[in-house]
Amino acid sequence: MAKKGYMRPPTLLQKPWHFCPGCNHGIAHRLVAEVIDEMGLQNQTVGVGSVGCGVFSYEYFNFDGIGPSHGRSPAVATGVKRVLPDRLVFTYQGDGDLAAIGTTEMVHCAVRGENITIIFINNTLYGMTGGQMAPTTLMGQVTTTSPRGRGREQGLPFRVCEMLATAEGAAYVARVALFNPAQVNRAKKAIRRAFETQMAGLGFSMVEMLSACPTNWGLSPLEALKYVEEKMVPTYPLGEFKVPEGVK
Amino acid sequence: MFQVNFLEQYCKGCGLCVHFCPKNIIVLAQYTNDQGYNPATINDMTKCTGCALCARMCPHVVIEIVEGGAA
Repeated sequence: MAKKGYMRPPTLLQKPWHFCPGCNHGIAHRLVAEVIDEMGLQNQTVGVGSVGCGVFSYEYFNFDGIGPSHGRSPAVATGVKRVLPDRLVFTYQGDGDLAAIGTTEMVHCAVRGENITIIFINNTLYGMTGGQMAPTTLMGQVTTTSPRGRGREQGLPFRVCEMLATAEGAAYVARVALFNPAQVNRAKKAIRRAFETQMAGLGFSMVEMLSACPTNWGLSPLEALKYVEEKMVPTYPLGEFKVPEGVK
Repeated sequence: MFQVNFLEQYCKGCGLCVHFCPKNIIVLAQYTNDQGYNPATINDMTKCTGCALCARMCPHVVIEIVEGGAA
């Protein structure tokens, strides 16, 4: 009899994705689904989507999902969690949504210590609209709105994790990457810890994932992973910035 | 013995599994799938060790690995 090995997580619906070839959003989606399956929370999860490449997340996950206005996912998630405190409530946001348009919601959600989780996909630009510069764009990086590379007059890269880790309400803050299998395993562990933090009622949790966007970077999928490792990681150091006691 | 199943209708031929396979047995097929991409496939299944690194890195969740599958 065939023994089960590595299977598609049941929380992912059986349909092809709209993501470009080599896009790391798919890995992030799968990790979230795997953790929810392992924790047995499929029937008590509410996912809050975002505007950006993660906009169709409710189409791919087999649990309830909400599509809020641009950047307002933490505010919507706050409402859901306060009404249904026993549910796992998480938002799935990109850097254009979270770090630019939704900065207010994100910061005050952390400061209030709302008991929700933010899954933050950082690919340094606005992916869905065609690769415009975002607050997280690296210095010197060429995007469609910074064709000569991001210079000093366009500001400096925005490190979300470091900022939110200073908020007292934030319980778990981590930055992970998805450029090789070891990092993917670490990312999965971070998501698990974030969800455990929330289910234990310890406060706000966030996992930032450095993610490749081969299409808008103009690189092959493999070169894009190298770009994350060599260019993004020095600007956005990996690690856990805050871990609550009681979460191993 | 492992059986690796590629859900070809999801594959977009990005080739990350080809790069991360430690045995270098994954290749992109010559034909195209319904979406117009060359899907990943394995010609010599006997060399597979079932490490699942390909499945870990696959952004489109194409790869399923069954231990003791059709040998």
